[in-house]
Formats: sequence, structure tokens, C-alpha cells
Amino acid sequence: MSLEEKKQDVIEEFSMYDEWLDKYEYLIELGKNLDSYDENARTEEHLIKGCQSRVWLDWRLEDGRLYFTADSDAIITKGIISLLIGVYSGRTPREIADDDFSFIDRIGLKENLSPTRANGLVSMIRTIRQIAETHV
Amino acid sequence: MTVQELRNQFPALADSVYGKPLVYLDNAATTQRPRSVFDLWDTLSAHANANIHRAVHCRAVEATEQYEMTRDAVRDFLHAAAREEIVFTSGTTQSINLVAFCFGEAFVKEGDEIIVSVSEHHSNIVPWQMLCERKKAVLKVLDIDEMGVLEVDSLRKLISQRTKIVAISQISNVLGLVNPVKEIVRICHENDVPVLVDGAQGCVHAPVDVQDLDCDFYVFSGHKLFAATGTGVLYGKKKWLEAMPPYMGGGEMIDRVRFCGTTYAPVPGKFEAGTQNFNAIPTLRPAMTLLREVQNDVELMQYQAAVMETVLSALQSDSRIRLFGVPRRTEKKIPLFSFCVEGAHHEDLALILDKMGVAVRSGQMCAEPLMDRFGVTGMLRASFAPYNTLEEAEYFLRSLHKAMDMLL
Ligand SMILES: Cc1ncc(COP(=O)(O)O)c(C=O)c1O
Repeated sequence: MSLEEKKQDVIEEFSMYDEWLDKYEYLIELGKNLDSYDENARTEEHLIKGCQSRVWLDWRLEDGRLYFTADSDAIITKGIISLLIGVYSGRTPREIADDDFSFIDRIGLKENLSPTRANGLVSMIRTIRQIAETHV
Repeated sequence: MTVQELRNQFPALADSVYGKPLVYLDNAATTQRPRSVFDLWDTLSAHANANIHRAVHCRAVEATEQYEMTRDAVRDFLHAAAREEIVFTSGTTQSINLVAFCFGEAFVKEGDEIIVSVSEHHSNIVPWQMLCERKKAVLKVLDIDEMGVLEVDSLRKLISQRTKIVAISQISNVLGLVNPVKEIVRICHENDVPVLVDGAQGCVHAPVDVQDLDCDFYVFSGHKLFAATGTGVLYGKKKWLEAMPPYMGGGEMIDRVRFCGTTYAPVPGKFEAGTQNFNAIPTLRPAMTLLREVQNDVELMQYQAAVMETVLSALQSDSRIRLFGVPRRTEKKIPLFSFCVEGAHHEDLALILDKMGVAVRSGQMCAEPLMDRFGVTGMLRASFAPYNTLEEAEYFLRSLHKAMDMLL
């Protein structure tokens, strides 16, 4: 599935939920099912600042594609991480670096999360982007 | 007054968020404003906008009167001995910074000691740390017990010959327990140590008498007691204020300015450099008037006690909830509840509650040392004002349980 198709998928999935609580239920479910995170990578240098909750992000480059794993101590954040990883993991650095990440706005996550949360999200996206840019 | 009559004075309380009635339980951070406050603010902004303490024209005189009448009102509110002991600032934080800087300049030397408690707001820690860095002084910390109760008994041991000042909150913004400030002041004064009381939460919950407390400094913010933001008070005993150098220079804080040396205005003018927040400061008057009315209203106070009991017993009876700041028999608790839910992150809880219309605080609440003391990364806090109803308290508890069900 191309990056565009995948994003469209997520947007459609999300638009099924009208109620915010249902969206959260969905994110909580995603968060609970997120792949487990490598304990060795739960370090200060993998920690993303700017969230009320803590977020750890790890990545590897394999056959020219970036793969991300991440974790958070808060479950809704974990759900959002799961969305992001689902979309961007396995893409080439070029694809990620060229993307405008606007699909986050299109599913209404950025506006509707609390300002501090939005900042955390923004820092996570910035980090994913930086990683991609250094590997283009 | 009924709680509904009180609520009717606060338009924001009728608001909705996400299509649900707003249940505003973040009052310890800032309270909503009554009509009397923003009506005065509007009137003054429109019709009494002239710089104070300078010009002779009519508008300037009116604006100055509004500002100086407020000083008298604050004197009454705190029961201070003299109006000169009331300095206007932008808030609690500025008041504490002013004392830390000016008292520090006058009285703190290398090797001296300052005492704060572990449960202080960052605003009552960092200014003292900065002073200690500047003067190579030492910051000592008074601990609390597991329940959150201040260990006043250890204060005597902590005080030494080198202790220059003790800075302590009347009520912590996390624990919501009323500290025995009068006793603390007595202990400190026995050792000739002055005391600054951070009253940001304290004066909101019961009348304050600074002469009875005998504290040397008392500080609070207007926005936590219904007034405009950017308004704050520093009460200081005259003997201290007079012995302290100015904080900032410029404006009307001077007596004479010459290049060979400037002399300063008498207190409190010495500490009010530059153009003051002169249209906002007067909003303290209607705010304090309403607060007094509420505090003296038996019906409202009994109602608030019932809200307090309802929430306290519900939180305490749920084994998944860890409440911080638990009153035993002698401690008085205000309706401010900080807690953690086993297995659920405070931020998740706050996000879900928000979508149900309930505004609570989550995170470290500007008290990181206290979070470390309890070994948590953050907490959830619901803080009630006298305008919050029993129905709101019950809705909050139901919403909390629903959020817990979603997360656990
Ligand atoms: C106990 C306490 N001290 C100080 C402050 C700081 O007040 P302000 O931000 O109004 O300066 C607060 C506000 O949260 C507080 O609750």
C-alpha cells in the first residue's frame, strides 16, 4: 500500500467515529495492541520531550527503509504513536521527508488534543522527520 | 445566597464544551470571573484610562483613586496594620521574586540558609534557589509525611543560626491541606527568623488576618479569587519593606533622580516601578467583596462542606485511587483533590474527562519536587470553588469512573 493509500485508510477509519469518546476508545485499543518496545531503548536519548506523558522512539534503517518502534506511559498517546508508526514505518527516508504530515490535522487529532499533547505530537513528528532527513 | 444565585454571577459557568455543560474544576489554577469584575474592568478601560500617580487631570486622578482605593481594600481584606504595607504586583510569582531578590540583597550572605517546604509551588522554590545561587546561600527543605502533612516538628531542628527566612505555603496547590502557619510563624519568630507565607490558595478559602498570623510577608494572586489576571499582592511588614532595596528602577518609584545619585519613594511606591496594571488592579475590589460575602455565608459554606465530603469519601473509598493530602483528625482540607489512579495515566484521564465536559488539571502541577517525593510523574487534580454544585461533583465522579473503565 502506498503512503497516500495508507493515510487515506487511516482517515477513513477515523471518520467512522463521530463521538470523541469513541475515537478515544479506538486509540486506546490501538495503544493496547502496539508492539512491545525494546527495553534497552527506553533511555534518555530515546525520550521525546514536550509531552505530559513520556514517549520513547527507536528506529532502524533496513534495505533503504526506516522502521520505527515507540512507546509511551499514557495509552492515548500510545494509540497516536501506533497510527503514526503504522503510516510511516517501512517507508523510505525520501517519502517521509517529503511528506507534509497533514493527515494528522485531517483526522482532527492536532486540534482536539490538549495543547501540551499537541506539542508532544508535534515533537514526535519533528523527530521522525529529522531521522528521515538525515538519511535521505 | 444559594449556590445557583452565586453561579448566576459567573457567565462562564453556563458555557458548554463539546456540546456538554462545562464542569469547571480547575479553580486552583484560576477561577472564573463574576460580572462585577469584568463590568468594572470594562468601565475603567473605557472611561478611566489614564496613567496613575502623575498627571493632574481629571481622568488621571480618577484612575489613581481607583487604584489607591484598592490598596485600602486589600489592607482590610488581609487586616494589615497599614496601607503602606500593601504592594501591588503582577501575581504571587512576582511577589515572591520581589522578596527573594530585595530581602536577599539586604539580608542574605554567603553560607546563610533559607527554608522552604517540599510541597511548595515552583514559584516558591525557584526564586529562593536563584537567590541561593547568587549569594552562595543554602536552601533547606522541610519535609511532609506520607499523608502529605507538613512535619512542623522538624522545623525547629532545621532552623539554625544562619537561617534568614522561611517561605511556606498556607495551603499547597497539590495537597489542599491547611498548614499551621501561625504555629510556624511562632516557631520561626522564637528564633528571630521572618516568614513569607504563600497565600495563593490560602486566602481563597478562609479569611486571612496577617496581624494575627504575625507573618512577615504574605502574597497572593488576583486571578485565583475571581479578579483579573496580572494582579497580585505583596503584604510586607513595614520594617522589612523599608529595609529592603527596590526591585526594579524607573517610573514613579523615585524620590529624586540625579546622575550623582537617586533617592527612592517611600513604601509602597518604591516597589511599584513603571506603569502599573492600573485598570486591572481595581478588579480586586469586587472580587474580594464577593469572596468575603461567600466566606461569610453560612448556607454556602455548609454546601461547600457537603461537596467536599462527597468527593473526599468517594475518592477515599475506591481502592484504585491514591489520594495525596489526606486529612487526619486535626488537619483541615479544602475541596482540592490530587490523586493517581493505579494503572491509568493522569493525562489519559484528563483527556477523557475533558471530552465529557469536565475541566481538571493533570501533570506535575508546578510542584516537581513534590511529585518526586511521592514517586509519581504527575497527578490528576480536581479543585472546587464555592460555585461548584453537588451535581457537578457527582457528575465528575461518574465521569471519572467511566474514564477509569475505559482505561483499566
Ligand atoms: C500555592 C501557589 N503558589 C504560587 C502560585 C503561582 O501563582 P501565579 O502563577 O499567579 O503567580 C500558585 C498558582 O498556581 C499556587 O497555587
